[in-house]
Amino acid sequence: MNDMEHRKTNDGEGRRLDGEEEEEEEDEDEGNGRGLDAWERAYADERSWESLQEDESGLLRPIDNKTIYHAQYRRRIRSLYSSTTTARIQKGLIRYLYIVVDLSRAASEMDFKPSRMAVVAKHIEAFIREFFDQNPLSQIGLVTIKDGLAQCLTDLGGSPDSHVKALMGKLECSGDSSLQNALDLVHGYLNQIPSYGHREVLILYSALSTCDPGDIMETIQECKKSKIRCSVIGLSAEIFICRHLCQETGGSYSVALDESHFKELLLEHAPPPPAIAEFAIANLIKMGFPQRAAEGVISICSCHKEAKVGGGYTCPRCKARVCELPTECRICGLTLVSSPHLARSYHHLFPIPPFDEVSLSLLNNPHQRSSRACFGCQESLLIPGNKPTLCVACPKCKQHFCLDCDIYIHESLHNCPGCESFRHSKIVSVTEE
Amino acid sequence: MAPVPSKLYSDDVSLLVVLLDTNPFFWSTASLPFSKFLSHVLAFLNSILLINQLNQVVVIATGCNSCNFIFDSSSVPANPNLENGRMPALCSNLLQKLEEFVTGDEKLSKEVLAAGIGSSLLSGSLSMALCYIQRVFRTGPLHPQPRILCLQGSPDGPEQYVAVMNAIFSAQRSMVPIDSCVIGAQHSAFLQQASYITGGVYLKPQQLDGLFQYLSTVFATDLHSRRFLQLPKPAGVDFRASCFCHKNTIDMGYICSVCLSIFCKHHKKCSTCGSVFGQAQSDGNSATDRKRKTPET
Repeated sequence: MNDMEHRKTNDGEGRRLDGEEEEEEEDEDEGNGRGLDAWERAYADERSWESLQEDESGLLRPIDNKTIYHAQYRRRIRSLYSSTTTARIQKGLIRYLYIVVDLSRAASEMDFKPSRMAVVAKHIEAFIREFFDQNPLSQIGLVTIKDGLAQCLTDLGGSPDSHVKALMGKLECSGDSSLQNALDLVHGYLNQIPSYGHREVLILYSALSTCDPGDIMETIQECKKSKIRCSVIGLSAEIFICRHLCQETGGSYSVALDESHFKELLLEHAPPPPAIAEFAIANLIKMGFPQRAAEGVISICSCHKEAKVGGGYTCPRCKARVCELPTECRICGLTLVSSPHLARSYHHLFPIPPFDEVSLSLLNNPHQRSSRACFGCQESLLIPGNKPTLCVACPKCKQHFCLDCDIYIHESLHNCPGCESFRHSKIVSVTEE
Repeated sequence: MAPVPSKLYSDDVSLLVVLLDTNPFFWSTASLPFSKFLSHVLAFLNSILLINQLNQVVVIATGCNSCNFIFDSSSVPANPNLENGRMPALCSNLLQKLEEFVTGDEKLSKEVLAAGIGSSLLSGSLSMALCYIQRVFRTGPLHPQPRILCLQGSPDGPEQYVAVMNAIFSAQRSMVPIDSCVIGAQHSAFLQQASYITGGVYLKPQQLDGLFQYLSTVFATDLHSRRFLQLPKPAGVDFRASCFCHKNTIDMGYICSVCLSIFCKHHKKCSTCGSVFGQAQSDGNSATDRKRKTPET
């Protein structure tokens, strides 16, 4: 197969140590000794039908993924939470992120259906929307690598639609991939941003090699000096040079096993990473909070350069009309936001602690009355027969919640209903701002 | 549960979660007595249940020291159709739980100092409502369309700003509109923003004697049918921020790049996170970090 030869020729890649590749991160369609494709292996080796179970009456019982999923989720939350509180690491809330998309020959491989390039583009779109949802004051730019050259697809901007449209229009791949050219380009652009912003690069790398015009190690040192945090998500196999780049700059390196794993890895980069305090200089940024213009007022909007009726916002400094927020006023350069945009980031600053599992011995205690129903959704925590199921409790207000509410509260709501519903708990622990 | 034929769960079935403000500090000085208010609300809830036999109503009480579920129409063991049309069947259950809640809430206030007095725990009841709605979403593809109606009279408590905004954004993501009907004397900025961001309706009725009329004409329709009605449009939602130092509304200010606190004038140091502006941070900031409001471990 083509890609096996491609890997053996080893052209110009960073030194790849033997045994560097971990077994489980092998390229999926490399095939094992029997030469089966991944979809064939799902039938021959994995035999998913054998994990079905039957209950007493012979009907199929659904596989209980819930507790497994919940256990994985809790491990992730715990590791995230413990790292932030113990080291008092602040989060970088104003981020300038460049996404580098590898459109070299390797991106046309079909181990991700329909092709790596299509899968990457689809998930980038979801990532961009999620990114702006969680980081409304940040900006994204897109860079592509094709034929050994890196080109800037879109400039740093805060509007998700323009990025997505530009990406979807340029999905062709050919040639080699060059990591150094991409890093040089991004380095040049990121040097121009204000000093309070956090500089990040996310490289989605499909190739197994890089053809560079010079010494990539120097480029990596330049990036490290400019405090650019580079992360890489590989789609084929682990490469030493990517690992080295991420280690030097403090980013994260991961290799996707399949499409859903890729999506998960990509979305992990949406919430703000723990920021090293020296990376960005704290500054007071002047911002405007425009009022919504009255209905029926006709004015020329500064973004589309045409007359519009009603709607829109008025810049408080120069009184120009803008159509949407957040944006930068084109006339006077003032950053315009509305208070909900700032409020979207507050939950990163005031996270709620993970809930503790309630041990079954406590649940079986007949004196415990509060474990009858989940405090949030009122779902009964007792399965038929009056035996208690697994539940969790908030360490502050001690209310019990079911597993689904636990996931919802920590991933979406960011408020503990128990802590919010009891006023005296606010006085005891001076939290929640 | 036997599978319901899909044509019964048409798109005009709604789940209405009502957040009822029972703050005694507000009701003791309100122009509309609480008993009259309750009679309007109970008639309204009954009418919702009569519009469609699959409609569901859940009532959560927002007290000044606690919040709790008061009523859930789907858990009533009797036939929710109420064919005999006797109001007391619906009401007695609700009123009894409400009375228990209010006495319990009052007991809690004896232990509490007069901090943040006058505001009710809107963030708590919003969070509980959203958790309940998530549970309804999990029941499968056939479920009623949920929405939240806040009947609020107490003023906004500024200490709840972050929690209320979190709840609003979560409602926006789940596509649950938050309608607001403000009974109190002044407009509520939190609820105006909530209704604007989530696509709900905000109303401050002019004449509280006719509250039932307002409720049944503006808030009773399900989400699908709202497209055919002219509902009150949001007029002048104020998205300006207040500065952290004086609490004045400002239209141009300075934001700390680390913690996003808003200031009206240029400062040397951020009062929230202790970052010194204009120079690189060092690790020796731990002393100033203690002033920062962080969650206690």
